[in-house]
Formats: sequence, structure tokens, C-alpha cells
Amino acid sequence: MTTSASAAPSRWARFRDSYLVYSFKRDLIAQVCLVTFLGMVLAAVLAPWLAPMNPYDLAQIDILASELPPFWIDGSDPTYVLGTDAQGRDLLSTILYGARVSLVIGFGAVILQAMLGVTFGLLAGYLGGRVDAFLMRLADIQLSFSTLMVAIIVGAVIKATFGGAIYSEYAVIILVLIIGLAEWPQYARTVRASVLAERSKEYVDAARVMGFRAKRIMFRHILPNTLSPIFVISTVQIANAIISEAALSFLGLGMPETQPSLGSLIKSGFDYLQSGSWWITLIPGAVLVVLVLVINLLGDWLRDVMNPRLYKG
Amino acid sequence: MTQVMAKTAPQATSAQAGDTLVEIRDLEKHFPLSGDFLEQLRFKGGKLVRRQEFVHAINGVDIDVRRGESLCVVGESGCGKSTVARMVMGLLHPTGGEIRYDGQRIDNLSPRQLLPYRRRMQMIFQNPYASLNPRMTIQQTLEEPLRFHHPDWKTPQIRDKVAEVMDSVGIDPEWGKRFGHEFSGGQRQRIAIARALAVDPEFIVADEPISALDVSIQAQVLNLLMDAQETHHLTYLFITHDLAVVEHFGTRVVVMYLGRVCEVAETRTLFSTPRHPYTQALLSAIPRLEDDRPDYIRLEGEVPTPVNLPSGCVFHGRCPHANERCRREVPQLIAAESTQVACHAVEEGRL
Amino acid sequence: MALLDVSNLDVRFALRQGEVKALRDVSFTLDRGERLGIVGESGAGKSVAAFTLLNLIAKPGYIAGGSIRFDGQELTTMKPRQLQQIRGNKISMIFQDPMMTLNPVLTIGEQMVECLKAHRRIRTRAAREIALNKLRQVPIPSPEKRLDQYPHELSGGMRQRIIIAIALLLDPDIIVADEPTTALDVTIQAEIMSLLLELCEKHNVALVLITHDLGVVSQVTQRTLVMYAGRVIEQGPTREIINDAQHPYTQGLINALPQMATPGSRLNQIPGAMPTLSRIPSGCAFHPRCSFAFNDDGSPRRDCREVIPGFVRSGNCDVACHMVRDLVENNSDARDPVEFQEAP
Repeated sequence: MTTSASAAPSRWARFRDSYLVYSFKRDLIAQVCLVTFLGMVLAAVLAPWLAPMNPYDLAQIDILASELPPFWIDGSDPTYVLGTDAQGRDLLSTILYGARVSLVIGFGAVILQAMLGVTFGLLAGYLGGRVDAFLMRLADIQLSFSTLMVAIIVGAVIKATFGGAIYSEYAVIILVLIIGLAEWPQYARTVRASVLAERSKEYVDAARVMGFRAKRIMFRHILPNTLSPIFVISTVQIANAIISEAALSFLGLGMPETQPSLGSLIKSGFDYLQSGSWWITLIPGAVLVVLVLVINLLGDWLRDVMNPRLYKG
Repeated sequence: MTQVMAKTAPQATSAQAGDTLVEIRDLEKHFPLSGDFLEQLRFKGGKLVRRQEFVHAINGVDIDVRRGESLCVVGESGCGKSTVARMVMGLLHPTGGEIRYDGQRIDNLSPRQLLPYRRRMQMIFQNPYASLNPRMTIQQTLEEPLRFHHPDWKTPQIRDKVAEVMDSVGIDPEWGKRFGHEFSGGQRQRIAIARALAVDPEFIVADEPISALDVSIQAQVLNLLMDAQETHHLTYLFITHDLAVVEHFGTRVVVMYLGRVCEVAETRTLFSTPRHPYTQALLSAIPRLEDDRPDYIRLEGEVPTPVNLPSGCVFHGRCPHANERCRREVPQLIAAESTQVACHAVEEGRL
Repeated sequence: MALLDVSNLDVRFALRQGEVKALRDVSFTLDRGERLGIVGESGAGKSVAAFTLLNLIAKPGYIAGGSIRFDGQELTTMKPRQLQQIRGNKISMIFQDPMMTLNPVLTIGEQMVECLKAHRRIRTRAAREIALNKLRQVPIPSPEKRLDQYPHELSGGMRQRIIIAIALLLDPDIIVADEPTTALDVTIQAEIMSLLLELCEKHNVALVLITHDLGVVSQVTQRTLVMYAGRVIEQGPTREIINDAQHPYTQGLINALPQMATPGSRLNQIPGAMPTLSRIPSGCAFHPRCSFAFNDDGSPRRDCREVIPGFVRSGNCDVACHMVRDLVENNSDARDPVEFQEAP
């Protein structure tokens, strides 16, 4: 509550002085997490330029160089820093490309979830009554199926109808759709709860008194005020989506081995774990764990910062 | 000591009154208390029965707002004064009765049909901390209604109008780029008033507009409302629990208790000679600065719940003058001298 | 010796924007059985003052200086254990929201018994008897039944009565009431206030009443402290302050009440608003809003802008204002304190 004499600060100055930035500057874990996360995203995005070889390009694969250990173990080849997998692909490159696939699916699925969930949540919360009852029962039904179960059934049906080749080709899109559709109720519930809280505030009444239509009130007035919880839940959901995808791939229902994600990498190396080539499974596994952990820690931090009880603004 | 002048149905008295801007007739509002269908089912004597419970917020209220006046509605929490305000503004739908604006019924109009009335009637809210959208700048907040109601206006015209209302409520044009939370309660309430004035209304419903503010700021905002009334020729429906403000601000006063109107009178008459026992108790309870005030009238018990309304007069349980008839029969609002009172004791001349 | 002696109290809050001075140089005394009102608008520091009296200031706030002596004991440096013997026992508190004191999952009786047992070696049965007795004093109908009820089963007025009963439970010397009736309706407010007044008089309990409502202060208290931006700006007998306030802010506050203007006319408003504690103006904190902060020729007074005014005695009041100081100094014989004591 400042009384005004000075000019209004710019958007950047507002952001720079915000509590978000303030607490970020004081939180070492958040800083490390953000740097790690951005580093991983950047590496994944730039994979075609960073990776020593293209694991999708069969011409570059040398089958004789399979199961080579990483550099710190005897018998490694300096061309393959993290060693190679059973098919002779450079593990570093496959991990970079795999992380790319995982992140694309993670973000894609969350965007889909968010679009569905936010729209349904807004409608249910603002309109109330029958719309609310219908949408929320739909969400309950959706939630009573586990993501994996839905994915297994849908994946099996698609594979059976269109064949494995077509499935492999559209695997990314199919996975985004499956994970996206299975998890929208999380968003819908969160958004509905905060819409209910916002709807009872007087600025919404003021907008209604002005005669604004429901759509305008929902999207222009209420939605911007529910962004904080959407943000927080998004971080958790991205981590969840990445894990779901990894689990599906691990079960052989996700990404095909020719286009491996982190999950299918872990799976492909799993058979060689007993034979001593642990790195094929464990290194992508460690990358997956770090990625998910970092996202979850960032989400935790964000939730603390955006907690409306601590932060009013 | 009291003579009953006439016992007329309220419809008849006010139908001819040409200067009535808002007419509220027999207004009722019940809020369902028992949740959805499944929650209403109860086992009773081996049978499944559906039982619905309601909060009887408003139970047959008649109010006339005359053009150019400041009509104050007072009462304690739970008396339904805010519910009346919200129904007049179309934020709630009445369960029964009708609301007329300038002779035209407005309580059953669709949002689209209501649109022309939205420019003519506006509302100011109680909580200045919640009535501004936290994600919009002041400029956006003030421009949006104008752009919505005047789609043909060009940007410079809208800017000019915004500058004009900002000036009229005494806010610095520099504030436009800032957000609501950067201002104090009084400043926010000014902004909210500016938003209401932007569409040039003739009727403003103010729901406890100053109760969340500090004393010195209350005076500023009340003065602003009075200035606005003069310059914009406004009619106010002013909802408040603060009787000192009513005495200063109101042209006429409506006293409500448990969803019913107890007394309607000119402000000066009400404060000098309150007729209804509840009004008398209410007035005697105002903390005064003088130290020689007479003892306040002690009311027995507390306000009953509006779920199961008392029979007869809603006030009979706490009224020192209640008799058998009060417990049985609902008193009608009748003209007694210069006021209208809903009280058997006043009607019978016992009070 | 006064029962409570607060001197030069400084309370600060360490916030990320820097240190904020919530209370500065607050001094007052309270005698046994005396009723003191602390008046101010939001942000004046009156609630901080209440919390500080019980040493309840929580982080990031802390007491930066000054002393609070209760019955000769220094509270600011006292160990938490000893402090607990005083808090609730000798000094009890009534909050604005009854639900802040009442635990929603315990019955009224359980809470009252627990409170008694915490401070006295007493059997449950005896404690229940005392609790019942106190409930009868604040008259609550059918007190036996109330003891077994939960707070949510009672109405707002009833809850506030129970809070008063709890505040009186251990026969305290001082009750600190922070806006005890703000959340209540006028008729119930009048009831609660007269009850509080009656009980304090009967048991010779001192009352510190914190409120923004001058009407309530005028009805209940004997002495009044007016606060502005963390400082006491005027203190003295309540009647004298209400009828003849000296400080321009107190005058403004009283004149701004709707009762003070003819109906329908404009109210006498004070321009501007209370400064936020992080941006308190230099000199007299009120000077940007004050109509007396000017010299005869219309130029702004330098001392108001630069020097923090000290207290001067005017009548029976202590006032922190340069303008009042000049008045008192220039015609010291014109203001005769005796004259005020005779005034009604």
C-alpha cells in the first residue's frame, strides 16, 4: 500500500522487486534446481547440435561398439563418453535425444491437461449447478481409472487396429493425448476451487453489475487470478507426466526403441543389467530421477512462495 | 397516544407516486440450506422423505426509492439488507415478488435485456480490498466498462472520459498505470466509485461502502458520495449498519429486521421519534460521545435464525411490548402519522 | 506505584523492505481499576501495543527498547516460564474475533477448566464450579448446558460473553481488550460494553480498551491515549479529550464523525491518509495532513517538518504538537487546568 508520488514502476521493475525474485535470491536449492532444470532443457533442445552422434541415424551406428562402458571404466572408448548401449548407440546422445522426447511428452501432455482442466474448472466453478455437478462427476469417473490402465487399453487398441508401425510413428502424439486426457481432473479441481473462492469476491460482482458476459468474466477477470495455483500444479504435473511416460515406456507401451525416451532407454538396458552393463539402465535412470526431482523441488518452492497466506499481492 | 391514519395496502399508496425510481414489491428470497437432491432425503418412520430447508432471508419486503433521494436501509447482520441490494442489482434472483425500475419490471429480464439498465444503475461494494481486480491496472479497470458499453467510442474519447471521472473523484491520473493493491482502502474505494460513475448512472446501490474504512477516511468517502450525488443527480440506495452515518446522509430510512421492514420514515422523524420498538432499541444502542446519554434499551435474547422464522411478528421474542396478537399475526406496514410502521402495538395505540 | 508502567517502548518489525518501527517511544501508566482507552486508526500501532503488553509480539517483530513494568516486575526481559504466570493469570486478553481464543474442537467447559488447571493446582470438579460461576456473572442463560457446548454452537454475542468469562476466570488485574465489539452488531455491542464496564468496576480490574470507535471510548474509559503512526500524540482524561481535544489529529478525528456535522452538509474530513509505517514523514508524522503546520504568512512551519514534537501539558492532557506548545507557552495563564476539572 504505497501512496503515490513517484511514477508507476515498469513491468520489469515490478518483477525485479517482487517477492518471487526476492525469495529466489535467498533460496540456494531453488537456484540450483532452476539452473539444473534449464541446463537439462537446453541440452535436450539442442541435442541435434550437442550430441556426438544421431542415434536415429542407422548409418552412424556401429554394432561392434555395443555395450562399451563409460569413460571411467577400463575398456571404454573415448568417442563414447558415457559408453554405448546394446545396439551400439552412443549413450550420451541417446540420453540427450531421449530427454528431448520425455520433455516434449511431459510439456505436451501438461498443456493439453491444462487446457481441458482449466476450461472445465472455470465452467464448473463459475456456472455452478448442473454444469458443475456433471463436470465434477465426469472428473471423478476419470480419476477412478488409473492413468496407466487407460494408457494400456488405449495403446493396445490403437496397436491392434492400426498396427505397430503406425503406432510407432505417432507414438509421441498418442502418449500426449493419453496422459493429457487422463489427468485433466487435477487441473479442473484446483481451478474450480480457486474459481469458487474468486467468484465470491466483489470484483466479480462488480463485473457482473457492469453487465459483462459470463465468458468475459471467466476468462478476463477470474482466470488471471487463478494463475498461481495453476502454475504450482503445472510443475507437479510435468514431473508426473514425465514419470507416466517413463513407466509406460518401461512397460513397452510407450516410445518404441527406435525413438527412445528416457523410459524406453531404461527398459532397453534392463535386460543387460545382469550381464554387467549396468550403465545402459542406470545412467538414463539417474537422469530421469534428477529431472523429476529438480522439477518437484522447484514446484515445492513455488508453492511456498505463492502461498496466499504468506504472500498477498 | 398514537393514531392510525390509514391502513392501506402498500401497492395502492405508491402506484400513483410518479417520482418513484425503484419499486420493490413483496420481495422474497429463500436460500436452500439442504444441499442437492440426495442430501435432502431423510428416513422418517420407515419411509424415505424429501425434506428441504430454507434460509428465509427476505420475507415480503416493500421499498420505494424516490428519484433524487438517498434511501438508507439499516439493520443488524442477517436482517437481509445486503440481499435486497443484490437482488435490485440482479446479482441474485428473487424467490418471489417483483422489482420495477422506472416502471419497468427488471427482476425477470435476461442478461441481454438487462444491459441498458446496467448503465443506469451501478453498485459500490463494501470491501475495497476485494472489489478491484488485482490483475488489472486502474486504467484498465476504468476503461473496460466504457469500452463495453460504448463500442463505438474511439480510444481518445475513452481516455478523456476516464480522465474526467478520475478527476471528479479526486484521484491522480498518474495512478492509472498502477494496480489496486498499491493503494490504501480509501483510495481504492475512490477508484471503485470512479468505476461506477464512469458509465454515467442515475441510480447507485452502495452496500456498506464505508464500513471497512477508518474514521477519517469515512468522512472523505461520504463527502465524495454527496458531491457525486449533486453533480451527477444520483439516487442512492445506501445499505449500512452505522446509524450515525444514516442520520447524516439519508433522506429516508428503512429499518429491517430478519428479512422484514419494521419502519420507514424521513430521517429526521426516525431519529427524533422512533416508533417501532426495534428502531428504538437500535437508536438507543449507538455509542455517543456525550456522557449523559440515557441508558440503552436492553433487548432480551438474540436474533432468531432465519431458518425457522418466528410466527407472527419476527421481533416478538425480544420485544418488551409483545402480546398474544404479536405472536400470532404478522403486522403489516401501515402509515402512522408521517412514518410507516409494522407493529401491532403502534397500530393499537399501545405504544 | 502504578500497576502497569510502560516507558519509552520501541517495537520494530524486521521486514524484507527493511526495519519498520511499529511503536516509537510509547509511555503510559495504568493504575489498579483504571480504564484506559487506546484510540487510533488502522496502522496507528494500537494492536501492536496490546500484543506487546503481554509480550506476545511474534517474529519478525521484536521489542527494541523501553520497559514494561507490571507490579514492579519487568516484562520485557522476563523468561517465558515466568511470563506465562503473568499472561492469562494477571493480565488477560480479549480479542476481536472470539474464535481466536476459543478452540473449535474443545467444549467451553473443557477450555475453561484447562485454563484454570494451567495456572492453579485445582481439581477438575472445583475448576468446573469456578467456570460455572463465571458464566453466571456474564449472565449466560443455562450455564450448565453451555459448558458442554462447542463454540460453533453459540452465537457471536454469546461467544464474546464466554470470552469475557474466560478473561475473568483467574481474577486478573488487567484485561486488555483489542476491538472487542467491532465484529458485533450495535445492540449486542452496547450490551457487551456495559457488561465489561460493570464487571471491571465490580472486581476492580483495570481495563485497556483498544478501539477505533471514539463513541465506545467515551462511554467506557476514564483516560484515553490517541495514537498516530506508532506514536502517542495525545493522552489525558477521556472527557477532556472528547470535549476539548488539543492535537489537530484528535480534533480532526472527532470532527470527522457524522454526529459533528449538520445532517446533509459535508463532513469535516482530514485530507490524506495514515502513512504506512515504512514511510513515516519526518518531524511530526501528522504534518502533511495538518492544517496548523503553517506559519502566519502561510509558509510551512519548519519545526513541524523537521522536529519530532515532545509532550507539553495543556489542561490535564499531554499533547505532542508544536502548535499546542506555542499556544501553551504564549499564554500560559490563559489555560487554567482547574477550569477543565470543573467542566462537565
